Amino acid sequence: MVGFRAKLWQRGVNAMKDVLLYSSIFWRRLGWVFSILVLFFLIAPIIIVLPLSFSSGSFFSYPLPGISMRWYSELFDNYKWVLALKNSMIIAVSSAALSTVLGISASIALCMTDIPFKKAIYALLLAPLVMPLVIVAVACFLFYSQLGLTGSRLGLILAHTALGVPYVIIVASAALKNFDMTLIKAARSLGASSIMTFKRVIFPAIAPAVFAGAIFAFVSSFDEIVITIFLAGPEQVTLPVRLLEGIRDEMTPVVVSAAVIMIMISMGAMLVAEMIRRRSERLSKTGTERPALLAGK
Amino acid sequence: MGWAFGCGPSLTSETHWQKRSRMFALLRKKSNLLFGLGLIAPCLIYFCVFFVWPIGNMLYRGIDNPEVSVGMPKTSVAIASWAGDELPSDAVFNALGQDLALDGREMGYKRAAAARRLNYEISSFRALIMESARAASKLDQPPNRQKILEIDERWGEIKYWHAMQRAARPITPHYMLTAVDLMENDDGSISRVPENRALFIKVLGRTFWMSTVVTLFCVLIAFPVAHGIAMASAKTRSLLLMLVLLPFWTSLLVRTSAWVILLQPNGLINNALISIGLIEKPLSLIFNRTGVYVAFIHVMLPFVVLPLYSVMVGVSKDYVRAAYSLGASIPHTFLKVYLPMVWPGVWSGGLLCFVVCLGYYITPLLVGGSKDQMISYFIAFFTNRTINWGLAASLAIVLCLSVFILLAIYGWFSRKTLATGR
Repeated sequence: MVGFRAKLWQRGVNAMKDVLLYSSIFWRRLGWVFSILVLFFLIAPIIIVLPLSFSSGSFFSYPLPGISMRWYSELFDNYKWVLALKNSMIIAVSSAALSTVLGISASIALCMTDIPFKKAIYALLLAPLVMPLVIVAVACFLFYSQLGLTGSRLGLILAHTALGVPYVIIVASAALKNFDMTLIKAARSLGASSIMTFKRVIFPAIAPAVFAGAIFAFVSSFDEIVITIFLAGPEQVTLPVRLLEGIRDEMTPVVVSAAVIMIMISMGAMLVAEMIRRRSERLSKTGTERPALLAGK
Repeated sequence: MGWAFGCGPSLTSETHWQKRSRMFALLRKKSNLLFGLGLIAPCLIYFCVFFVWPIGNMLYRGIDNPEVSVGMPKTSVAIASWAGDELPSDAVFNALGQDLALDGREMGYKRAAAARRLNYEISSFRALIMESARAASKLDQPPNRQKILEIDERWGEIKYWHAMQRAARPITPHYMLTAVDLMENDDGSISRVPENRALFIKVLGRTFWMSTVVTLFCVLIAFPVAHGIAMASAKTRSLLLMLVLLPFWTSLLVRTSAWVILLQPNGLINNALISIGLIEKPLSLIFNRTGVYVAFIHVMLPFVVLPLYSVMVGVSKDYVRAAYSLGASIPHTFLKVYLPMVWPGVWSGGLLCFVVCLGYYITPLLVGGSKDQMISYFIAFFTNRTINWGLAASLAIVLCLSVFILLAIYGWFSRKTLATGR
């Protein structure tokens, strides 16, 4: 009897060993289950919390007492939230425009001309991506208060521009690297001026990257909060800062509805950028290197 | 046919046309350079003025020490040469008297700043300066030694004069030392601050520890996920990638707030657990380490999944298949064949995650308690609340150095892996 049991045990152990050591199906399924759980973990908080904005009650609980747009109308009736949304849009659009102009001209210079110290310049222009935001924020606060730029939209636009430039440069130089330089020579040999060459040859080729870079810059400014906390006065409060105040003080579903608006704007913008990127990738058929989408901090 | 015999003239002297084309090439090169410089200039100027200069200026405040030399100019000059064994000479007392007797609103502000700076050295110094300045109207005529000692007998204690001398130097190691829990003694030696005042080493250690934990968890969790996505068919792959990208594109603040709403004492998770009867009292999930880790890992996961995925998708399945067909076990194949190939992805994802974690501010602020705040919180705190910019700057220097050293290691490592052809 004892021998039989030991044999059974031995067989069980062997089977286990076989499964662990050689069954790729077992490992693959384990991996799948785990991955699905993790992906659920990633997406769940957003999916669970967002429907609360349609609640007709004022508590965060399921089941919802009823569906209503009450919190959205409250959001758009409150001038503080509307002001915040307006500020956010103005600041994000202006700083995106500014960082696109600066970033595109810089990446053309970096990719197409023979300026010295390219590596150092590249490192400098990408530095805002890794610089801890608090340091940038405190530095801007101390510097702008000397210039009298704290508590003004201009100050925020200037500060956010630095954060947008690296995204534009990453996306644009990826596109420029794939650009066929002989096209420029061809255009020039056919008598096009350098401005014409840019308008008709270079720009159409990198336009998708320009738009994508502009959108990344827009989103990075739209979602930015740390610098804004330090620089904004009560008149320049942006949507994220207002949301932060809301989470700390009010904690009603109106906060969630503001979050929904934020998500819709930034996610909509990113989806457009992704579509542009995919389309241009399909058109050019060259496997462009995927730019690092380091959005948000 | 001259070239066939290797004769000189055609090699050393140019024909007219060669010369012309060389000149044109030179001209083109120059105009190209000018064009490039013109294009890069606006961006560089903007960066220097609005990024490099403010940050450099702020970091310089970590060693800058203007308050006392501006607020008490004569004393600062007079005390610089003091030997420090006994009370300073009459000249120093006279200078102090003149400094304290200076009046006017502007001077008052400057003196208040100097007093605040002196207070960092000895915590009753501000009161001493302010009280002495109030009684200082009779001090403008030297000799002052006796009068000053009558106003407050603390001026007879030598430690105040040592503090004054330390604070009057134009550049100070004070803030940098404080940022690593050290202090300068009266005799110029450096020692640890007493246990009850030590704070920053603990904060720095906590910052590194929390970043390490988050990075380890993220890498361990992200590895199978990235692998799963890389192995999926093209259609499933873009769906799964979307599931990673959507939270990645959602603002950090929104994600953190979602966790606040979920984890609160009367939040969704606690309510759900209570209503199924698993627990009776709400669990404390927020304003402690657990909450910070959960929210942090959620925020950082895409940062690790994406680089890992981009490496894994480039690794051919054939190597693994070959290993299997040669009879290698799965763990063996994983460790000896697959892992070495995706190692660069693990490194770059992990290091990126770690570096970004070090500087985080918002997530611990919203989800953490007072014992879970990282170094960024203290930089903000000393800037906004106590207006001790020197200390904020020196903490920023520490944070900056950590980030850049790690990035240098990362750059060195990635160059090495490129060189060895991995």
